[in-house]
Amino acid sequence: MYVYDKHDRQIAAERVEQFRDQTRRALAGELSEDEFLPLRLQNGLYVQRLAPMLRIAVPYGMLRSVQLRRLARITRDYDKGYAHFTTRQNVQLNWPAVEDVPDILAELAEVEMHANQTSGNCIRNTTTDQFSGVQADEIADPRPYCEIIRQWSTFHPEFAFLPRKFKVAVNASEHSDRAAIQVHDIGLQLVRSDSGELGFRVHVGGGLGRTPMVGPVIREYLPEKDLLTYLEAVLRVYNRYGRRDNKFKARIKILVKALTPEGFAEKVEAEWAHIKDSPTQLTREAIDKFQTYFTEPDYQQVPDVQASLATQRFENRGFDQWIANNVDTHKKSGYAIVTLTMKKTGIPPGDVSDRQLEQIADLADEYSFGEVRVTHQQNAVLADVRQDRLYELWQAITPMGFATANLNKLTDVICCPGGDYCALANAKSIPVAEAIQRKFEDLDYLYDIGDLDLNISGCMNACGHHHVGNIGVLGVDKKGQEFYQISLGGSSHHDAAIGKILGPSFARDDMPDVVKRIIDVYVDNRTQEEAFLDTYRRIGIDPFKERVYA
Amino acid sequence: MPKVITEDGSIIQDEWVVVERPADGESLDIPEQPALIPADLWLAGKEHFEGRKDIGVWFDSHQEPEILAGVVNELDVIAVNFPKFADGRGYSIARLLRERLQYRNELRAIGDVLLDQLQFMKRCGFDRFVLRADKNAEEAARCLNFFSQGYQAATDTDVPLFRRRAS
Repeated sequence: MYVYDKHDRQIAAERVEQFRDQTRRALAGELSEDEFLPLRLQNGLYVQRLAPMLRIAVPYGMLRSVQLRRLARITRDYDKGYAHFTTRQNVQLNWPAVEDVPDILAELAEVEMHANQTSGNCIRNTTTDQFSGVQADEIADPRPYCEIIRQWSTFHPEFAFLPRKFKVAVNASEHSDRAAIQVHDIGLQLVRSDSGELGFRVHVGGGLGRTPMVGPVIREYLPEKDLLTYLEAVLRVYNRYGRRDNKFKARIKILVKALTPEGFAEKVEAEWAHIKDSPTQLTREAIDKFQTYFTEPDYQQVPDVQASLATQRFENRGFDQWIANNVDTHKKSGYAIVTLTMKKTGIPPGDVSDRQLEQIADLADEYSFGEVRVTHQQNAVLADVRQDRLYELWQAITPMGFATANLNKLTDVICCPGGDYCALANAKSIPVAEAIQRKFEDLDYLYDIGDLDLNISGCMNACGHHHVGNIGVLGVDKKGQEFYQISLGGSSHHDAAIGKILGPSFARDDMPDVVKRIIDVYVDNRTQEEAFLDTYRRIGIDPFKERVYA
Repeated sequence: MPKVITEDGSIIQDEWVVVERPADGESLDIPEQPALIPADLWLAGKEHFEGRKDIGVWFDSHQEPEILAGVVNELDVIAVNFPKFADGRGYSIARLLRERLQYRNELRAIGDVLLDQLQFMKRCGFDRFVLRADKNAEEAARCLNFFSQGYQAATDTDVPLFRRRAS
């Protein structure tokens, strides 16, 4: 994992003092509300419906146990004793006081954390696959590149006041995409050229929100050394020509669409031609240096233990279900990747208490070299667990509520905080998630349905990524009443697609039944082994419409 | 007389006046004192302004500095307007003027120029700042130097931090 050197420590300390000064001037009235707004947003500080909200950066989702413990302490000392994992792999505090934020930042800086650029019209936290570095089919570990991008984008003097927020994601696996790169402003897929050189396929102009789009490829192959100069060219074209007259048309996807992907690519190439050989071009030494931070932990030479696991699975059905759902194959023999699920029914997706943060820290120290990853599906990952300790781990986490064996299933809902917390929301989302979870509590039924992404957003801003849910739920406001619109067929994976709206929206109380009817159509029509999305793609939306609106 | 901040944070008197773009059909009205006129109008009447040390130009944030390619250094002062402090196009304009067009003379930020943006502006190549009148110029020196270094190469340094670390 990346470790700060003296330069990072110095910049972090200066940043804390800068924000302390900005906060002081804002509270003293020297900065107007409008002037403070982008400054506090670039530091993750929102003023929300009930209280301020502070979004803390978790670069590419990686956390050390010492950082989790510090987060736990901060939630106790400055908040109400819990935090929230977000769909950008960040962590949010829901109740801090504005005047405490500089002190919180100082506490975070002590453990090499910050809240830089977690909001505002600037380059946000770069995200990646939570299984980076531990899966077998990876082209290369994406995390060094994420850290390179993090440093380049931090306080970039030219791109701190973009037309809108800007999100970058990196994916490295050939067969899966857990980073949803095609629905980002820039999505980078690690690839190898015909001659085996490492580089990126570059998607630009994907995104959700009001005008959801899948990002087209604007460059098939970008050599790794050109990563930053090319990003700089894309950002410069966007900064200069992106629309600023209308907030809803200001994302880069609108510019890419207006110019066509080919036209946009031409502009970027023309800009890049001027700067590709500039000192921002990455050197071999620099890439190597960044890679040294993400080397393998101290794995032991241990064999796979399939036989003894099989016995344990045979003897204990709950363990068997958990292994089948929450445990993934690791590139090293004898190890496994474990996802701690945070979607126990009755707990808002992503919410985590101070005690649980400490429990996760302890688990990380005991089972996974002191490291944890936060996923964009709002779960947590222990990436390096020895197979011969899985049973013991499962027993430990079951009472903690992290062993709900529903990963990637219908009840593993991605859900924004919604109208309970967020000032932007048109409708509540958490109670909808909970009602649906209750309806589908029977695990056997859940497994029979198979993998299915259900995503819920409380408004058009799409923090719950509803557009790319196989089933997407969007809260809408109709004359002061909350209603919910359903879309089907979305995907955030390699086969990225924007869901299609089913029809008129529903009242909140109807939602569990509506979802049940959608599932019934799938179950009645599927062929053996066919996932929900495949059935939907084969039979189209009409059979669902007929049943739901019957 | 209004004040202007230099890149080291000291405060000097401002002699330059910004001439607004004339309305359609009106002609450019150049005052007695040193004046900054719209860059495209200067270019259009360039021979007319030959040798005039008291004429500089300004760009608005949507304009393209590339129109001055090859002739920028005939000007002693170029200004870039920030119509709103949150309009970040001026940063790109400044870098293009400095790095692409090799402009060497005075580059000033005008318009909605606030304290917390000064260091970004400086890193993008501005060396004079006309702070919005209601802001306290005495604080400019501090705000210009919140950070002792940056991660990226920009106009102020062509050595990104990753290169400094590698050496």
